[in-house]
Amino acid sequence: MVNIRYAKDNFELGENQSVLDCLTSRGVPVPFSCRSGVCQTCLMRATGGTPPESSQNGLKDTLKLQNYFLACICHPTADLEVAMPNDDDVQAVIPATVKSLKLLNSEIMHVELECHAPIEYRAGQFINLFRDRSLGRSYSLASVPHEDDHLHLHVRRLPQGRVSGWIHEELRPGETVEIRGPGGDCFYTPGNTEQGLVLIGTGSGLAPLYGIIRDALSQNHTGPIHLFHGSRDLNGLYLTGELRDLVERYSNFNYVPCLSGGDAPHGFAAGRADDVAFQQISNLKNWRMFLCGHPDMVIAARKKAFMAGASMKDIYADAFNVSQSS
Amino acid sequence: MSQQQSLYEKLGGEAAVNAAVDIFYRKVLSDDRISSFFEGVDMETQAAKQKSFLTMAFGGPHNYSGLDMRRGHAHLVERGLNDAHVDAVIEDLAATLRELNVGEDLIAQVAAIAESTRNDVLGR
Repeated sequence: MVNIRYAKDNFELGENQSVLDCLTSRGVPVPFSCRSGVCQTCLMRATGGTPPESSQNGLKDTLKLQNYFLACICHPTADLEVAMPNDDDVQAVIPATVKSLKLLNSEIMHVELECHAPIEYRAGQFINLFRDRSLGRSYSLASVPHEDDHLHLHVRRLPQGRVSGWIHEELRPGETVEIRGPGGDCFYTPGNTEQGLVLIGTGSGLAPLYGIIRDALSQNHTGPIHLFHGSRDLNGLYLTGELRDLVERYSNFNYVPCLSGGDAPHGFAAGRADDVAFQQISNLKNWRMFLCGHPDMVIAARKKAFMAGASMKDIYADAFNVSQSS
Repeated sequence: MSQQQSLYEKLGGEAAVNAAVDIFYRKVLSDDRISSFFEGVDMETQAAKQKSFLTMAFGGPHNYSGLDMRRGHAHLVERGLNDAHVDAVIEDLAATLRELNVGEDLIAQVAAIAESTRNDVLGR
């Protein structure tokens, strides 16, 4: 007998019953629409057990790897523990020690955290970092598992930012903070190693991209990898030395720092990062895209990339929305 | 049971839907007659909806009822969705299939399925 566990309740799965029917018949309000595995409205995530491959049909690779599935076509043969896709509470809070704090430029702090319990993540995902139990913010992971011992974050100081200000002004190495995660589906998936990658980021949107690039390179990605990092002026760019070193080491990696605030010195492109990228690579058919940073840039670039030929399933995006309460 | 292939099978099933969905969505987004209905909509969610629509129009498996169609489009009818917009969608659908070298007889069958949802989509 197969059991479906949802939010501490156990439901017995009937014969030929889908997980969706099992849950909705017992009053769990799982949203659904087509009931034939296409519309993805009933997307859920297995937090225990493995969903059948057939229940992941048509999902993005990054969702498959995180055990997301479509409840309406899910007929598991073994027990499954399931959650709604946005149930944050399924993840435990983990304490982490601040190992180092280092300014990357005038407004972005490199934060290195050592977790007290192992955390499984992929470069480019994000964690939530808490100042106290009720006050947390999402920060992307620039570190790469297996390459870096600790978690690396790039925290931009926001005006009146209650968490970023605290990180910049008050937090000290040796102190312990609480984190929860990881989350997000903007990361590198192995396979298709010859595919070209275009990564566009603004400001601290470089954090996930820096992780994704190093992850792809460490997994022997052979296709061209183009990074466009944008800021208004030179002070907003960072890790330029590290990125130029990567260009030296890997012939398939190309780094284009972009300055939108006027003239650009030699070695820098003038213009917004997304505009420069779409000028340089006008046909994006078969390219894989990663877009991170300012929400306006991410939304506009996603549409431009799609219209320029990139397939929806190949566009990974992470918009850095600023909390209304700062 | 008939030995004849269904429309969905003739078109190539799920692979055909996958081949068509990006092309169709691009046409819809660049169609000035209807693109405004898609502004501010999450593209990821919308792409999945386009896929559901194509699966249905291709004669594939779906469980949409007329009531689902009414509910799903009621907010657009309020914004002025009318026959001309449905015409545009069906034209874009046919153009997508032509681009994929689908024969006119099959295109007509797909258009007929899409056409059959018109009154429900427009809430009448």
